[in-house]
Amino acid sequence: MTGLERIAAAFESARADGRRAALMPYMMGGFPDLEISLEIGLEYARGGADLVELGVPFSDPLADGPVIHAAGTTALRAGVRLPDVLELGRAIAEHVPVIVMCYANQILVRGLERFADALLDAGASGLIVPDLPLEEAPAMLRACEERALALVPLVAPTTPDARLAVIGAQARGFIYTVSLTGTTGERSGMQDGLAGVVARAAACTDVPVAVGFGISTPPQAAAAAAAGADGVIVGTRLVRAAGEGDAPVASVGALVREFAGSLAVAG
Amino acid sequence: MSTIEHRFGPYGGQYVPETLMPALAELEAAWLSARDDPAFGAELNGLLRDFVGRPSPLYQAQRLSEAAGHPIYFKREDLNHTGAHKINNAIGQALLAKRMGKRRIIAETGAGQHGVATATACALLDLECAVYMGTEDMRRQKPNVERMGLLGASVEPVEAGARTLKEAVSAAIRDWVTNVETSHYVIGSCVGPAPYPALVRELQRVIGDEARAQILKQAGRLPERVIACVGGGSNSIGVFVPFVDDREVQLVGVEAAGDGIETGRHGAPLTAGGLPGVLHGAYSAIMQDEDGQILEAHSISAGLDYPGTGPEHAWLRDSGRARYVAITDREALDAFATCARLEGIIPALESSHAIAWAMANGPSQLDLVCLSGRGDKDLAEALDHLGR
Ligand SMILES: Cc1ncc(COP(=O)(O)O)c(C=O)c1O
Repeated sequence: MTGLERIAAAFESARADGRRAALMPYMMGGFPDLEISLEIGLEYARGGADLVELGVPFSDPLADGPVIHAAGTTALRAGVRLPDVLELGRAIAEHVPVIVMCYANQILVRGLERFADALLDAGASGLIVPDLPLEEAPAMLRACEERALALVPLVAPTTPDARLAVIGAQARGFIYTVSLTGTTGERSGMQDGLAGVVARAAACTDVPVAVGFGISTPPQAAAAAAAGADGVIVGTRLVRAAGEGDAPVASVGALVREFAGSLAVAG
Repeated sequence: MSTIEHRFGPYGGQYVPETLMPALAELEAAWLSARDDPAFGAELNGLLRDFVGRPSPLYQAQRLSEAAGHPIYFKREDLNHTGAHKINNAIGQALLAKRMGKRRIIAETGAGQHGVATATACALLDLECAVYMGTEDMRRQKPNVERMGLLGASVEPVEAGARTLKEAVSAAIRDWVTNVETSHYVIGSCVGPAPYPALVRELQRVIGDEARAQILKQAGRLPERVIACVGGGSNSIGVFVPFVDDREVQLVGVEAAGDGIETGRHGAPLTAGGLPGVLHGAYSAIMQDEDGQILEAHSISAGLDYPGTGPEHAWLRDSGRARYVAITDREALDAFATCARLEGIIPALESSHAIAWAMANGPSQLDLVCLSGRGDKDLAEALDHLGR
C-alpha cells in the first residue's frame, strides 16, 4: 500500500469499527531518549492509535509551545538527528501509518527530493510542515505526490473561506484543523465554535478532517469527535507524560488507552 | 493598486504557521493603503519631525577622518529620540497598527533599542505593549530594560536557548500566533515573513533619502562608499536603498565577526556564506548546521547577535550590488573608544562595527557611515571589556 492508501485505510477502519474518530497521538522523536521513544511509539500502536504523528526535533519550532519545544531541545542535546527519528518511524510504521512532522528548514537543507525519498524509504505515509503554508508548498506537494505520500496541510480558525477552499482542494491524507489560535499546548475546555470550524473544513475537502492543538483530556477528545472530527490529535499531554516519572512508557500507555476509550463507541 | 515585494531573487517568502497568513495579508493591505494615503504620510512625517527630531544631521567626523586618512561623514541616527534608527520603523508600524484597529503591540528586542523605540511609540499613541527580550540581553542592556518599564511596556523575559535575540523573536512570533486577532507584531528589523522586510525598508529609507541629499549639498558629490552595520539589516537597508541606482557608490554591510569568523562564534551569515535557509519566516542567509538546525550567533553587540539576516541583503550580496564584511568584538571595542575620544561621540557597539571597518579600510575619497545609534546603553558592557 502507498502512504496515501494507508492513511485512508486507517481512517476507514476507525469508521468501520463504529468508533467516533481515529486517534492520532503525537510523539517527539528521540524524547526522552531514543530507546524509550521507540517503546512509546510501539505502545501508542498497542494502545489504540490509528496513526502516529512523529515529530523531528528542531531548534526553533515556531508553532510549538514550551513542552514540545523543550522535548525537542532535550533530544537535540542528546544528539538525535533526522535519520534516528526516521528509524523510529520505520519500526512504528510496521504497525500503524506514520506521519512525520518537521519544519521547513529541515527539508530545504536536504533538498525536497532527497527528503521525500528518505520518508518513503523509512515507510512513512505522510508529512506535516507547520511553517509551509499554501504559498510555499507547491514544490513539496509535487515531491510528495510523485511518491504517493500525503502532504497534510494545516488550517486555522483564522483561515478565510476562500483560502480554505484552495487548501482543501490540495489536501492529501487528511486536513489538520488547528482548534485554536495559538501554539501547541494543553488547554482547559475547548474553543467555542469547534463544530463550525470542523464543518467549514469538511465542506471544502474530500479527505478526513482531524483536529489538533490543545486537546489534552479524553473528554476534550470526545468533544472534538462530537464536533464532527474524523480524527483527533493529542500532543502536548502525551509528551509531558513521556518526560515525567520513572515509568514513562506505562504512563503514556495508560493515557493513550484513556483517549482511545473516549473515542470508542458509547456503551 | 501598488504592490510590495515578497521575494528578493530567491530570498524572502512567508514560512509561517497558517494562523498568521491572514494577518500578513491584512498587514500588507493596510500598508499599501496607508502609504498611498496623504493623511497617513502627513501624520508620520509630522511625528518624525517633531517627535523624533528628523532630519538627523550629516556630520563630518573631522578628527576621525584624519586618523583614518580619508574623509568620513556620519549619518547621525544616534541623535534621534530614543537614540537609534529603530524609532523610524517603530513609529510607522505603531501608526499602522492603530489604523488596523489593533490596540496591543508585540515586539522583540536585542540591544533594547527597538524595544525602547516601540515602547515609546506605544506610550505616545496609547497602545498596550509587550516586549520580548532574552535574559542575557536584559543583563547586558539593563538601562534599556528600565526605560521600557518606565514607558509602560511589559518586558517579557525569554529563557530559551542562548537567551538572546533569536529566542526573543521566536517568543514574539508565538505570542502573535496566539493573539493575532487583537495584536500587531512590530518586528524590529527587515527580517521575518513578507511583507515585513520590504515594509521595514520603506520605513527606514528615510535615513538614506536624507543622507543622499545632505551629502550632495555638503560635499558636493556622492560618497565613494556607504557603510552600515548589519544585524537584521534595517539601518543598512535604509541607508543603502536610495544609493542602489548610483552604480559608482559602493555599498558595504558590516556584520559581527564576534571572536572571528573562523571560530564559528560570530553573527555574520552573509560574510560566512554557507547554505541559505529559513529562519523566522524568511528564506535568507542564516547560520545553520548540516541538519538545518539554527546555530547560536555570538557578538558583543546585542543588536548584531543574530544568526539570520534580511532577505534583501542576501540578494544584494548575490547580485553583487553590495558586499558584506565582518568586524570582531575587539575591533569594534577599539573603534568605540576611539570615536568617543576623537569625536566626542559615544557610538553604539553595533555602529562601532561600521566605524571600525571604515577606519581600517582606506583609501576612499569619501565614506558615508551610518551611525545607527548612541552607546549609552553599552557603557557597562564596553567598559568591562575594555578593562576600565
Ligand atoms: C544602534 C543599533 N544599530 C544597529 C542595530 C542592528 O539592527 P539592524 O541591522 O536592523 O539595523 C541595532 C539593533 O538593535 C541597534 O540598536
